[in-house]
Amino acid sequence: MRWTMVKAVIKADLYRLFKTRDYWIPLLILGGMFFVVLPAILLGAMSTVKQTNAIAQIGDIIGTLPAAIQANIQGDNPATRASYAFAVYLLAPIAIIVPLTISSAVGANSIVGERERGTGEFLAHSPLTVKEIYVGKLLASLIPGYAAGIVGFGLYSIVVNLIVGGQIGRWFFPTTSWILLVLWVVPPFIAIALSLILRLSARVRSAASAHQASSLVTLPVILMSYGVASGLLYSPVISAAAAGFIAWIIAAILLATGAKSIRRERLLGVSGDL
Amino acid sequence: MTDAITFSSVHKTFGEVTALESVDFNAPAGAVTVLLGPNGAGKTTTVRLTTGALIADFGAIKVLGLDPLEHGDEVRSRVGVVPPKPAFYDQLSGWENLQFAATIFESDETKARAAAERFGIDHALDQEVGGYSTGMKTRLALARAVIHDPEVLMLDEPTAGLDPESARAVLDLIKEMAGKGRTIVMCTHLLHEAEGVADQVILMDEGSVRTSGKPSDLARKYMANPIVILDAEDSSELSAVTELDGVLGVRSDDGLHVTIDSLDRIPDIVIELVKRGVRPTRVEPLRPTLEDLYFEMQRTHRESQP
Repeated sequence: MRWTMVKAVIKADLYRLFKTRDYWIPLLILGGMFFVVLPAILLGAMSTVKQTNAIAQIGDIIGTLPAAIQANIQGDNPATRASYAFAVYLLAPIAIIVPLTISSAVGANSIVGERERGTGEFLAHSPLTVKEIYVGKLLASLIPGYAAGIVGFGLYSIVVNLIVGGQIGRWFFPTTSWILLVLWVVPPFIAIALSLILRLSARVRSAASAHQASSLVTLPVILMSYGVASGLLYSPVISAAAAGFIAWIIAAILLATGAKSIRRERLLGVSGDL
Repeated sequence: MTDAITFSSVHKTFGEVTALESVDFNAPAGAVTVLLGPNGAGKTTTVRLTTGALIADFGAIKVLGLDPLEHGDEVRSRVGVVPPKPAFYDQLSGWENLQFAATIFESDETKARAAAERFGIDHALDQEVGGYSTGMKTRLALARAVIHDPEVLMLDEPTAGLDPESARAVLDLIKEMAGKGRTIVMCTHLLHEAEGVADQVILMDEGSVRTSGKPSDLARKYMANPIVILDAEDSSELSAVTELDGVLGVRSDDGLHVTIDSLDRIPDIVIELVKRGVRPTRVEPLRPTLEDLYFEMQRTHRESQP
């Protein structure tokens, strides 16, 4: 596999995406809502809430967490402890949901989009190998989602530290578990979803079908990752490393076999088994 | 002359539809081969099989001595294709599209710029392709197809929807590339555009090769007897020509097309018609065009069917 070719595919796709504002602005809004607006409203409300019964209800929720977690929750009053718990433990899945949603939206269109535009004919007649096309398309789909995740993670950290850090007395976020989650666990989950979505994108007849079908893939992966993300933050760091390792193995297997789904006749749109 | 492309008993189906049925043909290296046929004849499928973009159900294909199935990447790096409806990344500029092609065909920006200038699209390279006209897109597609100086150039309906100037640019390219010893395969259903460029014509219909050969050989084969076009002040009087010596047949088509056994008969025919009171206004030996050949070949094929 020639990385120069893969980079050319990635560059063309990303540049095209960058120039298609109608496509990425909604995704940007989605990321902004999940990483900044909703946490700011939620944590801000929790920090300023004066109703003791509401604080008590949140305290009840914290009380359901494992004892080891409760011991790690910082803050010297119920409101601060509730905000800390939400920031560190309960909002963790957004670290996976947002990048996964963005990458899925880009990936679903990647192969079938070439076919619909007619540019698949050019790729089919080109000396690019199907593996180079596949890896290029996969990375071009993964990069926007993951980049959005990293940027969103940074913004989320600022929001959390500004709102909750002031009450605790220091900037405490990100925690080690969150860093592991974002750098080690999220990438393979996106790769797993994308490897499945690209297979679909190569087979379906229209971009609309690809988006519908990709949601069937994305939903279970989101649910699975939601559970993993939540669980990892409750468990020792070693669990996060192990979960990430397993996810990487699954991703590697799926990625290694995924290139077979791209056939030149599918790029042309004439395959009998689309 | 060696063959750049060889198809031997090639068969291709899509589901229950047979696109190609036992197709045999050779495209000699350095020559211009024209695949001629109506829509649905199998011309585009032939192009796609040549680069290995499609895989034949059975039969053998060789391109520059290589099997596209086994050495597809090498074949595709040595072949340029202009598809029937050239498509680009519309959000990217013409130059960005050419840069992408230059990278994947392992060419360089100097050649990309030269190709754009060659087809007169260099002035619009900074514009997004989405704003290009059909003619501009075709010019860009031509530039993209030759960016790596291919040994074989395949043009699939290259002048479809083009203005005359762009269509001329295509035909000029064909002549230029052929002059450099490149192999050209052009698919078309427009007979006039194959005129003057074809070294070999392959007539396809319903997924089969009906006939093939040099235009002059085909003319001798299918139009062995000369034709003279006659017209007169009163064209109804021309019916008398059927009674004259050497006349083998007549048909009306923009004048009376009279098939004769020799061009030497023309003066005698004119004299005899004048004697019978006919006042001729047109006496023109027909130089067979590809269009004439095409319809003659089609007619011969239909008549040979049981």
